[in-house]
Amino acid sequence: MDLILVNLIDGLVTGLLLFMLSAGLTLIFSMMGVLNFAHASFYMLGAYFAFQISLYLGFWMGLLIAPLAVGVMGAGVERYGLRRVHQYGHVPELIFTFGLALLIEELVQFIWGKNQMPYSTPEILQFTAFSIAGNSIPAYKIFMIFISIAIFIGLLYVLTRTRVGMIIQAALTYPKTVEALGHNVPLIFMGVFGVGTALAGVAGVIAGPVLGTFPGMAFVLGSIVFVTIVIGGLGSLWGALVASLLIGWITTFSKAYNLRMEDVLTGLGFTKPEPIWDSAWRDLWSITSPQIADILPYILMVLILIFRPYGLFGKRDA
Amino acid sequence: MRTTTMLGLTTALTLAASAFAAGADTIKIAFIDPLSGPFAGTGTNGLHQYEFAAEELVNKQGGVLDGDMFEIVAFDNKISPKESLIQLQVAIDQGIRYIAQGNSSGVANALTEAISKHNRRNPDDRVLFLNYSAVDPALTNDKCNFWHFRFDANADIKMDALTDVIAADDNIEKVYVIGQDYSFGKAVAAAAVRFLGEKRPDIEIVGNELHPIGKVKDFTPYARKIMASDADAIITGNWGADMVGLGRSVLENGYTGPLYTYYAAADGITAAFGDAGVGSLKLVAEGQINPPVNDRAAAYYEAFKAKYPDGNISQARITNVIEMLAKAINEAGTADDVVPVAYALAGMEHESLWGTQLKMRESDHQIIQDVHIHAHTNDGVTFDYDNSGFGLKVDSTVTMAAADSPTTCKMRRP
Amino acid sequence: MSDQLSTDPTKPAQRMRAGSMTIPLMPWVLGAALLAVLPFIFTANSAITIMNQMAITIIFALAYNMLLGQGGMLSFGHAVYAGVGGFACVHIMNMDDFFAAIPLPVLPIFGGLMGMGLATIVGSFSTRKAGTVFAMISLGVGELIAACSVIIVAFFGGEEGVSGDRTYGLPFFGVEFLQQIDVYYLIAVWLMISAALMYLYSRTPLGRMANAVRDNPERAEFLGYSARWVRFYSFVASGFFAGIAGALFAINYEILTEENLNTTQSGIILLVTFLGGVGFFFGPILGAIVFTLVQTVLSLQTELWGFYLGIIFVLTVMFFPGGLAGLIMMHVPAMRLGKLGRLGVPYVKTLGAGLIGCLGAAALIEMTFHVRHASTGDHEMTVYWTTFDSHTVLPWVLAIGATLVGFGIARKTAPALAEAWNDANTPDGTAQ
Repeated sequence: MDLILVNLIDGLVTGLLLFMLSAGLTLIFSMMGVLNFAHASFYMLGAYFAFQISLYLGFWMGLLIAPLAVGVMGAGVERYGLRRVHQYGHVPELIFTFGLALLIEELVQFIWGKNQMPYSTPEILQFTAFSIAGNSIPAYKIFMIFISIAIFIGLLYVLTRTRVGMIIQAALTYPKTVEALGHNVPLIFMGVFGVGTALAGVAGVIAGPVLGTFPGMAFVLGSIVFVTIVIGGLGSLWGALVASLLIGWITTFSKAYNLRMEDVLTGLGFTKPEPIWDSAWRDLWSITSPQIADILPYILMVLILIFRPYGLFGKRDA
Repeated sequence: MRTTTMLGLTTALTLAASAFAAGADTIKIAFIDPLSGPFAGTGTNGLHQYEFAAEELVNKQGGVLDGDMFEIVAFDNKISPKESLIQLQVAIDQGIRYIAQGNSSGVANALTEAISKHNRRNPDDRVLFLNYSAVDPALTNDKCNFWHFRFDANADIKMDALTDVIAADDNIEKVYVIGQDYSFGKAVAAAAVRFLGEKRPDIEIVGNELHPIGKVKDFTPYARKIMASDADAIITGNWGADMVGLGRSVLENGYTGPLYTYYAAADGITAAFGDAGVGSLKLVAEGQINPPVNDRAAAYYEAFKAKYPDGNISQARITNVIEMLAKAINEAGTADDVVPVAYALAGMEHESLWGTQLKMRESDHQIIQDVHIHAHTNDGVTFDYDNSGFGLKVDSTVTMAAADSPTTCKMRRP
Repeated sequence: MSDQLSTDPTKPAQRMRAGSMTIPLMPWVLGAALLAVLPFIFTANSAITIMNQMAITIIFALAYNMLLGQGGMLSFGHAVYAGVGGFACVHIMNMDDFFAAIPLPVLPIFGGLMGMGLATIVGSFSTRKAGTVFAMISLGVGELIAACSVIIVAFFGGEEGVSGDRTYGLPFFGVEFLQQIDVYYLIAVWLMISAALMYLYSRTPLGRMANAVRDNPERAEFLGYSARWVRFYSFVASGFFAGIAGALFAINYEILTEENLNTTQSGIILLVTFLGGVGFFFGPILGAIVFTLVQTVLSLQTELWGFYLGIIFVLTVMFFPGGLAGLIMMHVPAMRLGKLGRLGVPYVKTLGAGLIGCLGAAALIEMTFHVRHASTGDHEMTVYWTTFDSHTVLPWVLAIGATLVGFGIARKTAPALAEAWNDANTPDGTAQ
């Protein structure tokens, strides 16, 4: 029982981290129709910027400045890159962000080299918040949970309670009408792209010390972010939250418990072929849940796309 | 469009030809390892160690034969088997007869097969494969061939040494084995279960599992499971980011017992663990760095540090590769025909720079050497890793580990 | 349909099929002749290996362009069809009795069928929708199969892959394919066959309908075609040729690994195709040639090759969305007017200067990288076959000078080039 609680907390941390990435991505998508492949790269930039700043000014200044820097970079990319490519259509836009992801990874290696950076949690948070049955929950994880929830509430407030949010929401559904009403839609686009990438930057700043700050960190996270927003429904903030938590818990629990395919198959009434190492099905029989934990979200996504192409909370077709 | 083809290939040829420009009296060794991409850090550090060893141990001593110099030619294989085979072909075309590779057993498997096929099909320009780091036991067992020499202790030998230490520790009653889901991770797990079963049948294996390689973002769930199993010791073959991720999660979760590893040092890993790893992190490897075995080894390391302040001698065996190859070439009297060189290498005995005896076993071309269990510490470390103040210090030594271990190798010699 | 051929020639899809059957025969004959002659010019084994790799990439990129360029379907997991075809072929190579009864040159057919089979299964649900849904399903399926490669060891061989020996097949007119050169001709013949078939496919009514569905699915449906089935057929055909590419990979390298299936490989083929140009049949061919050269030859020279490739790629998408092929085809109107020659001098002025600027900038990048990351005391570096000390002022002055002067001149002469361009593309007042 205690272990379930521990895993719930762990899954929550993973899920909320994923949410910070997918929130920005889903906003960008619903507004501009661009699946930003470089989104995870901005997350990586956030971690590296924060590391560099933390060397001089400490962790907290990194948390403050790095996302801003990433956001400005994101807005610049939108203004000088994406807007130019926009005229050619959606496929070139997508391919542009794909190339950008490649370029950012190379750039990071060019500047910081290829090894992992010694970026670590601030000393003030290096203690155990509490323990459950011998499993310690570090204070930093609690901090991560609070930051993510604060961001979610902040986003929700801005989107539903402020004028800017109203315009953005309107532009999500009727971009042409909003433009006709005299709003500067390109400026909104740039702003949303900047804010979205800044969110990814925040995620990078707080995830860097835990998950490691290395050139492959964007690639490791890369496509799972897409899976999240597709499952949640493109353009839906609530969908992104639910899908992130779902993925966080699914992967955490399937890693934490050794569910074996052998037991499942036997339970279904199949008999194990003997000798097993000669059977063509040996790999199927030996599968365990931790082995496939990380591909479960992909299976979920393909199923959702086949049976409910607009995702859990989406209103439009993907 | 066809002109572009021509232009492109002309460029290709000119560039390839420019590599020929080096002097005639050099013996070139192709270093085929990742120099770009996620594993570039390890590859680049290995390349520096090769270049330094060739310079210090051979060229400054007057070279081999009639003063022929060693030259290391680097090829970036991007840790891809396909690219490795292309680069192998380029290397062979440049007249290179010695191929050094180490990162990833998958690449080593591809290379050893390609080299074996090449040597059979092209008897005029045969090459030798100097494997300095790929430790999949199959390479010197079922997949062995005459052209492949392994200078690292393979996964079984290391596990043999490791389990000697574990078996001698009465405090250990429960062991958790965890590794990456591929040939090497599986080999480590199988060897751990086998050797522990032989040496300490009373030890309980409370966990034996594999996780996807390079894909796990957060190891916390695994750490929770390990804690829940009450393990006294953990054995893992993880490397790279998977090693750091697993180790940090486990230690953060309050684990204090020993964590036996294969690759938890250098390339940023030592720095990433820092203080947290002291007392827990153990590593099985050859080559004693701390405390330095003698003045010569210390001077060698210091000279290396002076040249590459950010580098580490993380693969001490690289000096053995260079020294033994030089010796074999001298014995064979030729560097162009690799068959006599291979015969000289097989069965060779050598005194390592790191103060131990080496023997290249004739039956399977697996080197037999002392294997040390190191501890990650900052106490009494003369040469640290990653300039972090932390480094590896020898805890215990297994002399000529697994010298009489069986092999399934049936070698066909020319 | 011939009356439609005169419609707007600026639309790539239409240009692809312009002309009658007889005119495009010439490039094919030239191409075949070139393929036959090339190994006599570049005799080194490594050059042949690189050419083999190029040919395989060309087939794969052409197959990919059947989806992206002709069908407007963006796939993020196309490597699996080539990979699975290749794996099947390696397994056939390992079936001693069966393999000994078939000659090696027919092996690619099996690979193609395998790729086609998998594409049929996946296509049955993934082609129902176009656009993002298709792209995301392709990504998901790609990731799934790539992940399976380490789990289903019986077929994929785990991380180390599966290897075979091509020489155990039935000798083909006495050739056992021991040498790279034999394999080269095998691949070259298959390249010609597959490229011709894919070209012919693009000219069948079905191939044309793929264009129609790409541009306006609703209208295509009104004409009585099922957009879904048109997409499905394109997808299956593309899977077949991808499988052939995979089979040739198996023959050339005799080993297949997880690398042949993963998303990186899928991403590379997207990059190659787009770099070459999706709007023209020969675009992917150019892309494959350039990319292979960058990957194998430039990476021998500099470890920053990925950095340069990234820059080239991003700039291409930003400024030349038609890719290299688009760039070349831009000159066709001028050529038709017979005024291509007028561009020569302005080109040399601007592009020559630009090239100097680029070389200078590349030298700067290399020197910065060297100063930052080389070992202490190692001040010696080599750029453009010149060895110098990177910590002295002169090389920096030279590189910065070359960059500034190069780009400066290019910028200055650019208006003249634009003028020449307009001039070359405007018919003279006289009737032709």
